[in-house]
Amino acid sequence: MKRTHRFAALALLLLLLAGLWAGSVAAQGSTPTDDEVNAIAKQLYCPVCENTPLDVCPTEACRQWRELIRQQLSEGWTEDQIKQYFVDNYGARVLGEPPRTGLNWLVYLLPPVLILAGAFVLFRAMRAWMKPSTTEAAAGPVETPQPATQDDEYVSKFEEELRKRK
Amino acid sequence: MVADFGYGILVVALLVSLYSVVAALVGVRTKSAALVESARRAMLLTWPLITLSALALIYLLVNNHFEVSFVYEVTSRSMPTYLKITAWWGGQAGSLVFWSWLMSAFASLVTLRKWDRDREFLPWVIVVSSVTVAFFLMMSVVFENPFARMWFAPSGEVIKAMLQPAGSTAVPLQPDGRGLNPLLRHPGMIIHPPMLYLGFVSFVIPYAFAIAALVTGRTDDRWIRITRRWTLWAWLFLSFGLVLGGRWAYDVLGWGGYWGWDPVEIAAFMPWLTGTAFLHSVMIQEKRGQLKQWNMILIMLTYALVIFGTFLTRSGVLSSVHAFASSPIGPFFMGFVALTFVISIALLIWRWPDLRSETEMKSMLSREALFLLNNLLFMSVLVICFVGVIYPLVSELVTGSKVTVGPPWYEFSTSPLFAMLMFLMAIAPLSSWGLSSQEKLANINKPVLGGLLAAPVVAYAIWWKPISEIMGSLPGVVISLAIILIVVVLMYLFRKLLWQSVLVASVITAYLAFTYTQNLIALIGFFLVALTLMVTLREFWRATRARQNAQQENFFTAFSRLIGRNRRRYGGYVIHVSMMLMAIGILGIELFQKETQGMIPVGQSLKIAGYTVEYKDLASWDEADKGVNYTRAVVSVYKDGTYLGDLHPRKDFYFDSQQSMTIPGQRPTLKDDLYVLLIDWQPATTTGATFKIYVNPLVNWLWIGSLLFFIGVIIAAWPDRDPEYVPARARNKAYQPSSAD
Repeated sequence: MKRTHRFAALALLLLLLAGLWAGSVAAQGSTPTDDEVNAIAKQLYCPVCENTPLDVCPTEACRQWRELIRQQLSEGWTEDQIKQYFVDNYGARVLGEPPRTGLNWLVYLLPPVLILAGAFVLFRAMRAWMKPSTTEAAAGPVETPQPATQDDEYVSKFEEELRKRK
Repeated sequence: MVADFGYGILVVALLVSLYSVVAALVGVRTKSAALVESARRAMLLTWPLITLSALALIYLLVNNHFEVSFVYEVTSRSMPTYLKITAWWGGQAGSLVFWSWLMSAFASLVTLRKWDRDREFLPWVIVVSSVTVAFFLMMSVVFENPFARMWFAPSGEVIKAMLQPAGSTAVPLQPDGRGLNPLLRHPGMIIHPPMLYLGFVSFVIPYAFAIAALVTGRTDDRWIRITRRWTLWAWLFLSFGLVLGGRWAYDVLGWGGYWGWDPVEIAAFMPWLTGTAFLHSVMIQEKRGQLKQWNMILIMLTYALVIFGTFLTRSGVLSSVHAFASSPIGPFFMGFVALTFVISIALLIWRWPDLRSETEMKSMLSREALFLLNNLLFMSVLVICFVGVIYPLVSELVTGSKVTVGPPWYEFSTSPLFAMLMFLMAIAPLSSWGLSSQEKLANINKPVLGGLLAAPVVAYAIWWKPISEIMGSLPGVVISLAIILIVVVLMYLFRKLLWQSVLVASVITAYLAFTYTQNLIALIGFFLVALTLMVTLREFWRATRARQNAQQENFFTAFSRLIGRNRRRYGGYVIHVSMMLMAIGILGIELFQKETQGMIPVGQSLKIAGYTVEYKDLASWDEADKGVNYTRAVVSVYKDGTYLGDLHPRKDFYFDSQQSMTIPGQRPTLKDDLYVLLIDWQPATTTGATFKIYVNPLVNWLWIGSLLFFIGVIIAAWPDRDPEYVPARARNKAYQPSSAD
């Protein structure tokens, strides 16, 4: 299934390339460098592979897409226009992160909301621990202040003994 | 014949592991020690059985039995024997058997231990381990059989089955296999999966004990003490699996990086996050009897994420939700994850009241509080990873369109959390310096500490991207200020303990600002690295001196005994230091990576970051016996006019799999890594070749750090003389002194 996808994409691409080629013979400027092409390809993702940035994708299809970017650059397209072109033709998956529309807001709002909720729960739990119930406090051992200069190993052993003995 | 044998044994192993589950359960119910013992023996039998089956598979792989579908897919005649053996885990079906094999090895190891004092745990540990083994064996037996042969269905389609399906004809024996994907022939990829799997399966052991503790009601910290070293080893394997995966990506994937926030990577990273949080928070339970419920949740999450991670990478769900739904393996997997998780949570709720804290917390700045903050941060990173991995699937299901959640999103959302984690590592040693004593902090506690907790949260909210886009570049400044503020406040509180370290770290940062970079994020990062190194080294110095004075030992004896007697603590600090070295590498490559690409004829050069890379020569040749075509370029590297040497970027094309592998020419130094890729070339060398060159500053600190990390974990996990040793004076009490504290 993936293969047919790829062939369809290739065929479409070739058609597009041919169209562009025919339409722009006269309008060519200087050839953009690989670095200029990669600067844009880096921000796009291969429309057929999984999670592969277009600038490093080794497939033939991606090579041709990079050539397409070069072509568009030489015709004076801006970076945004080129990105928009890829989004229009291959969907939002070519972008490195979901566009901020509709359902996609979930991916931007859910983590901070969950993290804030987690922080709040933790804060509440810590508050609760700091105010132990009276019975526990009454039965609890007298806390020995920790001497800061002692070898900790012995202090912690001692503390633990005390705790277990209560 | 051998295939039938292997498959048959696999089926037997499945039946035996199912038997051990049933026998253990019935044995507990009827209080029959004999049945539990029988379950234990059955459990011990699975490993030899799976080993036999695996040997059969290896026999088929090594002897080119291409009638077996799996052998046909992952080997070819030209592959060397060791690669044919390691092809065992080079493909889906084989790697599932490999998983079961490792799992059963660990389960056997744990059932061989002395159980005298923990008899009641035994049947439940057997149940959990055997259920897990049985689940993976069932997957191999029913869905992903590595011994299946290939048949032509009447429709002409090739189907895989053990026995000839009705109406089908045998596929004629293929002259050669398709061969392993060349990317998987790299040494890194041969060791990486076993390491990762070792990490995965060894985390099942603490989970098994946790469940045993819940079921039996023995909810003290015994289960944690038994599994402490298992957990550390599990964590070591998982961490090393991750690092090796990164190194492999860096060496063969040809994109000049080591970590791309790919869902497959994150699948292995998520259990690492919960596992790391678990490692930290169990210490609080051991020392203070707190966080029992939370530790249970963490280990359950880790187990669920281990299975879920395997599911993500093995079910094909990542390439398409629909592929997942159409194959039986996905729902089966998902069902198992859901079932085990629900049962775990139900058990936890049942025992919830028994798991209350034994002591109260002393202050919001106590050691426990720092550990809790650490856990919050790890869980936050987990939330981000989970949302990032799951969302594309949700989007595809709901709206029908796929989206990519890629590195920019992850980097933006996790980097402040990592900065905070770095800061926690910096002040971690303070937790042993009487940090929690109330008299010191009595006056400043509440408002300041509330602010301290709120500030990173607020800063994080501001850092969040949509808000940052509305507000322009301001948030970058605000977050930096907020983090600096928190750091300053905390450092004020601990000024007596910290001032020398802060001073040194500030001087280092100022020096870097003048000589190396003015990038604010980099400077914050380097400050945190310097601070952590200083505080940690000072702790080593301080404790050694204290011991030297107290015990009248010379410095080196005191130093080695200090570490020997407090292995977990000082091993932990070594790990923190190693994390800082890794952070240097990560900061370097993330913030300062430079790249250029160009087609140049022989004699011409590309310039980047002070380097001049001159194209000298190119040769292409076949090695028929290996089935590879090599194309190798020679480039000379100059820096500021000085000749530094030649590099040989390569492209290897494998005939059997029709795939190629790009091997970079690397020139590693402590300062940076020059990384040259051969992208393309023209047959006539006069027209030139295309090179892509990366300069990755400081990246080698990442690998140096990972070596130190290894040493740190070894220190922390080194076994005691006798793990079951109980001193005479404590023998009557239910507690075992821990030499690792």
